[in-house]
Amino acid sequence: MKRFLIPLGIFIVLVGFLAIGLRLDPREVPSPLIGKPAPDFKLALLSDPAKQLSPADLRGKVWLFNVWASWCASCREEHSVLLDLSKQGIVPIYGMDYKDQPGDAQAVLNRYGNPYVETVVDLDGRVGINYGVYGVPETYLIDRNGIIRYKHTGPVTRESLDKKILPLVKELQQ
Amino acid sequence: MIPELGNFSLILALLLALTQSILPLAGAARNNPAWMSVARPAARAQFLFVAIAFGCLAYSFLINDFSVLNVVQHSFSKLPPIYRFTATWGSHEGSLLLWTFILALWTLAVTLFSRHLPDDMVARVIGVMGLVSCGLLLFMLTTSNPFIRLLPAAMDGSDLNPLLQDPGMVIHPPILYMGYVGFSVAFAFALAALISGKLDASWARWSRPWTTAAWSFLTLGIMMGSWWAYYELGWGGWWFWDPTENASLMPWLVGTALIHSLAVTEKRGTFKAWTVFLAIGAFSLSLLGTFLVRSGVLSSVHSFATDPARGLFILAFLAVVIGGSLLLFAFRASQVGLGGRFALVSRESFLMANNILLLTATGAVLLGTLYPLFLDALGLGKISVGPPYFNSVFVPLVTPLLLLIGVGPMARWKQASVPELADRLKWGFGASVVVALLLPLTLGAWKPMVSLGILLALWIVVSIAINVQGRLRGGGGWSANFYGMNLAHFGVAVAVIGVTMVSAYETERNVRMNVGDTVTLKGYTFLFKGAQDMDGPNYKAARGTLEVSRDGKPVTTLYPEKRTYTASGMPFTESAIDYGFTRDLYTAMGESLDGGAWSVRLFHKPFVVWIWIGAVLMALGGAMSITDRRYRTSRKQGRAGA
Repeated sequence: MKRFLIPLGIFIVLVGFLAIGLRLDPREVPSPLIGKPAPDFKLALLSDPAKQLSPADLRGKVWLFNVWASWCASCREEHSVLLDLSKQGIVPIYGMDYKDQPGDAQAVLNRYGNPYVETVVDLDGRVGINYGVYGVPETYLIDRNGIIRYKHTGPVTRESLDKKILPLVKELQQ
Repeated sequence: MIPELGNFSLILALLLALTQSILPLAGAARNNPAWMSVARPAARAQFLFVAIAFGCLAYSFLINDFSVLNVVQHSFSKLPPIYRFTATWGSHEGSLLLWTFILALWTLAVTLFSRHLPDDMVARVIGVMGLVSCGLLLFMLTTSNPFIRLLPAAMDGSDLNPLLQDPGMVIHPPILYMGYVGFSVAFAFALAALISGKLDASWARWSRPWTTAAWSFLTLGIMMGSWWAYYELGWGGWWFWDPTENASLMPWLVGTALIHSLAVTEKRGTFKAWTVFLAIGAFSLSLLGTFLVRSGVLSSVHSFATDPARGLFILAFLAVVIGGSLLLFAFRASQVGLGGRFALVSRESFLMANNILLLTATGAVLLGTLYPLFLDALGLGKISVGPPYFNSVFVPLVTPLLLLIGVGPMARWKQASVPELADRLKWGFGASVVVALLLPLTLGAWKPMVSLGILLALWIVVSIAINVQGRLRGGGGWSANFYGMNLAHFGVAVAVIGVTMVSAYETERNVRMNVGDTVTLKGYTFLFKGAQDMDGPNYKAARGTLEVSRDGKPVTTLYPEKRTYTASGMPFTESAIDYGFTRDLYTAMGESLDGGAWSVRLFHKPFVVWIWIGAVLMALGGAMSITDRRYRTSRKQGRAGA
């Protein structure tokens, strides 16, 4: 009978792995950019296309860089979380409007509130490529020296803020 | 009120499924004919109520009832009616309902075509299928109810995933599920045989047509999925080794092994425990596939919203169904006696080799699919296993399998004579080798993989010809089983040619095209006439125009599109393809560049349709063999006996 128990044994091991797998998030893929300088850009501001912003302007600050778009449904999910965070004033959030119509993006901010200090416009998504954006929303934590310290893929949740992002922000701000 | 009716129908169906499983199984154990006779009516009633529930959901989608959450999330007022109907199974909840509906449909079929079977067998088979149905209905009612209301109702829906807005999606999921779920019949037969302890050749004969039918549906379903991925995803590939594809490939491989092993069990009474194991395996992998796709354990292009509660439920369900049946197997299989002996060279041993190779291939695919998960679970980092792994593992396993197709059907049962086999096949093999070595020279570059592919395909075709000729000369009459098998094997050869040619000789160009630019690819000249804006029912599109000519003569005009769907804002590529018997011309729009220019993807894909033609031939071969007189006579005899 023993050899007929082998399939059952293998299956039990498999179930064990699947049970652990359920608690892991397959989307949490590490970014090769972590620990590297944030790729440079010079992009027009959503609020005033005549002005431009680049990561160099933010040297000396710890900041969050949130990639979003008006067409992105899961960005709405994180919107209220980001609004709350911006009201607390712990860390400035800069947005990048990714492959979007600036008018639509401004309409979203007017309607739902604006958590961003400034939003830059990446019309053709070229800067997004440098940042390795493969889905919106994505959020980067960048330190005083312009080094990417953390990347969050998918909507920012309160849990991910409390557990990962904010502790790291406090550490970097010291 | 309609959604509430659907919900009540689901609850009634659950109660009926409980009745359908408990009474007949208990009745068969206690030899109580009255309890056993509940099986058929309960299964039919369960079908009725699941069908009502399905109808209610489809109705809610068709009339745009935006007070139903599922409709809000997966439909849109401007969605064309046919896609509103297919949106019924475009969601996690809806596809689960479709799964259950198809399970009920197969059970209904068993109640109709089982008159020749002993009552306790029927009671157990229907009872086991009822248990599976209970699990699915419970899953739906507790974690994934498709009829949940949204109050107040939404103004409009957020649209169906554009990938699913395609004619292929109208029939692909139902056909694929017919295959997946169809293995539940073989599974139920195997369990019934295990429970009763009567593991003789008869259960193999009874489950053969059901298994072949399910396998044919699965073959067709996978073929449609592959074709859909080809024209819809806009990357021009036909197989991506995506977890979802692997989830359908694994039961197919085991199902293929099962078909072959059932033949041995039925004809020779050997491989009995093994066949039972394969029957459990094929259905278990169908369930595992459902788990992998639905639970979000693996990320995939097809995966739906992830929800840990759902994942946990499916995992528990898997553990009960698969673990339970493997436990039963462990207890009972040891009591099975050995069947007829066979020599080292015999049809049995060729089929055994077939089974081992198919199972190894399944193991390789399973390992590749779950490897990232294992590493992650052990905290060793996150990786993804891609086509390089699968191709390098799969080709060496499939090559001997394809060689066996040539020899196996010609070998005699019990003991085959090597000199006789060699004598019959030597000219065919020699000719295949010569042609395979020379033919690629005429196609341009000589490549070893092309020669190998052509050799395998020719070898199969030649051996089929020798086998059929031998049968005709020997005065063998019509046998649907024999010709069905050969047709299916021929389909394999056709698919091998397609895979070989397109892998070796496809050409791809990714170019920036201004209006009036031309690009030449394998003798075909593509002239870009620019892109126009167009409005679809629920999307806006930029439609490119590409005039294709060859040697100055116009071939066709292709209109690939780049669409943006209104409700979700998702950008989307709609490729345009000129299909041909020996080549496809495939075009897709990339990004809009400045000054009316576009990045355009152009492919020349030789013989790519052969892959799907081959799959269709395999499915047809399966369908043909089901019509074999043997299965019908046994029914008549059974009726006469009863």
